[in-house]
Amino acid sequence: MLDLQKIRADFPILSETVYGKPLVYFDNAATTQKPRCVVQKMEEGYYKRNANIHRGVHFLSQEATEAHEQARETIRAFIGAKSSNEIVFTRGTTEAINLVASSFGDLLQAGDEILLTAMEHHSNIVPWQLLRTRKGIEIKVIPFTNRGELLLDELAKSINPKTKLIACTHISNALGTINPINEIIKIAHAANIPVLVDGAQSVPHLKIDMQALDADFFVFSAHKIYGPTGIGVLYGKEKWLDKMPPYQGGGEMIAKVSFENTTFAALPFKFEAGTPDFIGSTAFAEALRYISAIGIENIAAHENKLLLYATEKLRKLENIRFIGEAEHKSGLISFLVGSIHPYDVGSILDKLGIAVRTGHHCAQPVMEVFSIEGTVRASFGLYNTTQEIDVFIDGVERVKKMFKQ
Amino acid sequence: MTINEKQDAIIAEFEFLEDWLDKYQQIIDKGMSSAGVSAKEKTPQNLIEGCQSKVWIVAEMHEGKVVFRAESNTDIAGGIAAMLVDVLSGHTPEEIIQTELYFLEKIGLKEHLSPTRANGMLAMIKQLKLFALAFQTKQ
Repeated sequence: MLDLQKIRADFPILSETVYGKPLVYFDNAATTQKPRCVVQKMEEGYYKRNANIHRGVHFLSQEATEAHEQARETIRAFIGAKSSNEIVFTRGTTEAINLVASSFGDLLQAGDEILLTAMEHHSNIVPWQLLRTRKGIEIKVIPFTNRGELLLDELAKSINPKTKLIACTHISNALGTINPINEIIKIAHAANIPVLVDGAQSVPHLKIDMQALDADFFVFSAHKIYGPTGIGVLYGKEKWLDKMPPYQGGGEMIAKVSFENTTFAALPFKFEAGTPDFIGSTAFAEALRYISAIGIENIAAHENKLLLYATEKLRKLENIRFIGEAEHKSGLISFLVGSIHPYDVGSILDKLGIAVRTGHHCAQPVMEVFSIEGTVRASFGLYNTTQEIDVFIDGVERVKKMFKQ
Repeated sequence: MTINEKQDAIIAEFEFLEDWLDKYQQIIDKGMSSAGVSAKEKTPQNLIEGCQSKVWIVAEMHEGKVVFRAESNTDIAGGIAAMLVDVLSGHTPEEIIQTELYFLEKIGLKEHLSPTRANGMLAMIKQLKLFALAFQTKQ
């Protein structure tokens, strides 16, 4: 059991009011709120050890370098990576996928194939389409059932000698489905195909262990796990990162530069051109420490309780259509209320102080499968309560009345 | 009624509604009861696409006066469109072009006037005035 009163006190924003109503924040799949310790870490970084890292001989620079590399180590330990060489800092999940699409993509030839699933976020579709334009690769898509579960048979059938990578989300941001990622990786590895896992939605909700998972690439963002915006991670097995050419050029990523020839720095710096976000990295690590102290398993259990409670209550209201009813789901509910447009539902809930997301959730192909324009999505975080779900349910009832449904 | 008299009437109507939800109820009801456009008229030319909502607006000339009709796939954007259409319909192109639409801000819908707002109210107003301008040029 989580001590919710204590946890909520760590998040100052949760005591804000909107339109005079207490804020009910159910948009955690988009971004999470920040505990005080994370913001304090940023402040401390700027006030106490702000100096550009890695190259400086002076005291502050060494302090900042130490803190930044210590943060990398915290992240490594959090996801159970073998070496901090496998932890590349990026601006977020999207940049991490673009990095792989660009650098791993350089190793591919025209006619090579990449497998995606039909439930990917646009950020795990568009980079591969850009690669397709650049290199003439093919993209194949694994479909899912109307409950929102991937058809693993189709995955196995789609694999052939031209398949060079499977890029798959761990948890669907539009449906909440937790994909059987271990099984997917096993199927892929049996055919010697590497797997990129989009962990943006899973890292905040599931225990992640790279050794058990054995993903070749795993990408996620700090801001979805109570950390700062603008920083994320590409985990990559060294054997792949070694083979891949750099993504961007600049300072930090070189060993020696001359106009005739440049040699690149060792991992992970080869992929980190320019001054990194050495303030964000330490706040990111602080967020992971905060989560670890509470226990990710405890958080998962709490969110699952909220999911079941909210699903049960919504089911009791008439005329609710659930989009995504997989057996294994994270704390996220996508739904429609009668024939009311999600935008209308979201606008009214907003006036009641309830923040939900409406629209296609950057997963338009998912919406196409259901022939809908979008959904209302309520997504829970560690600080949400069943009382907040009651407020939300009252809100949905109010919406139904207002739109006469 | 002049355009401004109509604007003032709407402002008076909303003045009593202190609660946000009552204001929205009023808007939703206006959307639900508006004339609408036919399926045939839902062409790309008549469409104003916001991020999450779609609004179709058609305009016709009757004896020198412009008559608008609007419909949306969302009731809130539809209600806003219905109010705009009611205010501007039945007036000459010149009157419409010269009108300053102040009622939306006065009834507390200023937030919808932001250019990034999903329902694209600014785009609706621009389109209504463009229709009027086109009729004026034809005359």
